Amino acid sequence: MVETTRIELLVNGERLTADVEPRWSLADVLRHQLGLLGTHVGCEQGVCGACTVLLNGEPARSCLIFAVAVADGVAITTIEGMNRAEGMTPLQTALREHHGLQCGFCTPGMVLTAHALLTREPEADEGRIREALSGNLCRCTGYQFIVDAVAAARPAYRKEEP
Amino acid sequence: MKPAAFEYFRASNAVQAVGLLQQYREAKILAGGQSLVPLMNFRLSRPSALVDISGITELARIVPTAHGLRLGALVRHQDLVDNPMVRETIPVLAEAAAHIGHWAVRNRGTVGGSLAHADPAAELPAVMVALGADIVVMDAEGERKIPARAFFVGFYTTTLGSDALIVAIEMPRPREPVGFYEVVRRHGDFALAGALVEAGESTGAVTWFGVTPAPVRMAWTALAEDEGLRRQQWERLTRDLDFAGDEAFRRPLAVTVAERAYQRARGGH
Ligand SMILES: Cc1cc2nc3c(=O)[nH]c(=O)nc-3n(C[C@H](O)[C@H](O)[C@H](O)COP(=O)(O)OP(=O)(O)OC[C@H]3O[C@@H](n4cnc5c(N)ncnc54)[C@H](O)[C@@H]3O)c2cc1C
Ligand code: FES
Ligand code: FES
Repeated sequence: MVETTRIELLVNGERLTADVEPRWSLADVLRHQLGLLGTHVGCEQGVCGACTVLLNGEPARSCLIFAVAVADGVAITTIEGMNRAEGMTPLQTALREHHGLQCGFCTPGMVLTAHALLTREPEADEGRIREALSGNLCRCTGYQFIVDAVAAARPAYRKEEP
Repeated sequence: MKPAAFEYFRASNAVQAVGLLQQYREAKILAGGQSLVPLMNFRLSRPSALVDISGITELARIVPTAHGLRLGALVRHQDLVDNPMVRETIPVLAEAAAHIGHWAVRNRGTVGGSLAHADPAAELPAVMVALGADIVVMDAEGERKIPARAFFVGFYTTTLGSDALIVAIEMPRPREPVGFYEVVRRHGDFALAGALVEAGESTGAVTWFGVTPAPVRMAWTALAEDEGLRRQQWERLTRDLDFAGDEAFRRPLAVTVAERAYQRARGGH
């Protein structure tokens, strides 16, 4: 019987508890303990970006973080936290309009990374968008439509950020 | 795959971290986890215990000194890119850090972790060798400084003992313009080859990474004005490099990255 530790995580604004083994990744705890299946797991070595979540607003690989090591009070945002009461965010709407997804495996990581970028830099040009998304692999779209969608979502961030 | 089981300890200061390394001989330090955790996920590394230092806030500071900057071991790569003091005092450090992996990796990975891991293609070890930084290390005996030029031994190998902790890096402000250049297959990948060139009036040095088992720094004098002749001079310097069996591929790359880093130091593009 392996010992587990009770931890508290602040996920999408909610305080959640889980009993974890130290070796469990944040990605696996989000998926298997907390039932948040929008965080996808591809490579488990930091390369593909499918598991990207935001820690205090900054993109991080949840496959390379042990859940037990997440410091108290760190705000975790997963794709489930990107839903508005009234439906999709402008960024998500832009992805749909620009055909920025096909199978959707990469999409949660793409949305969170692009959201973090536009929150910091609502004026990000195409070069910056490509640079920021370069750590997120997509096997379907060929990227151009994703870049177009993120560029199209910029006005929404200009309005939101005074 | 998933990592093997380990005991987890969170250190609240450097002395406690060193104490835990003493007590648990198979333990490893966990900093940003961007090199260690991939290895653990594939069970290429199976430490029986981890000492997590990521909560030690004193180790996350960037402080100006009389000669340059002191970087705490836990300073993140992205901090090096964004920090105005770094960009002002040691611009080439910010530039090199921007070439490390992707944004999400730079948000977690730390300078101490990069130096301890000592990947031959990593940017920061080469920056430290080029600029003559000192690595401040703590073990049971106390604190001491190891010059970066005596720290990197070979592939993933340093002179740091397994019971020692990197606490800080002391970096002098460069006296001469320093140019940086690297060749990658895809943006964000590890470099196939890279170089930093310090360019004084008639003397300087080149530090290569990615082509040899550890960064190598060599002095040069009287470089030619003509690029063709200069390339021959770089080529002569590369004759002393240990290309670890991949000479045909690496030598021409080494010449090219040195030349381009030199041009950048001289203000070109
Ligand atoms: C997809 C991807 C791409 C990457 N691309 C690059 C790249 O292009 N260039 C590059 O340089 N790196 C790259 N990296 C690696 C990254 O820079 C790591 O951050 C770095 O190598 C290790 O730092 P860390 O803080 O994550 O260390 P960890 O992974 O936590 O630790 C690495 C090793 O160092 C030891 N250690 C850590 N901190 C200390 C300390 N203070 N004292 C003593 N020992 C310590 C650990 O015990 C472990 O053995 C990449 C990583 C990923 C996942
Ligand atoms: S699963 Fe985490 S980066 Fe691929
Ligand atoms: S939509 Fe299929 S991987 Fe990106």
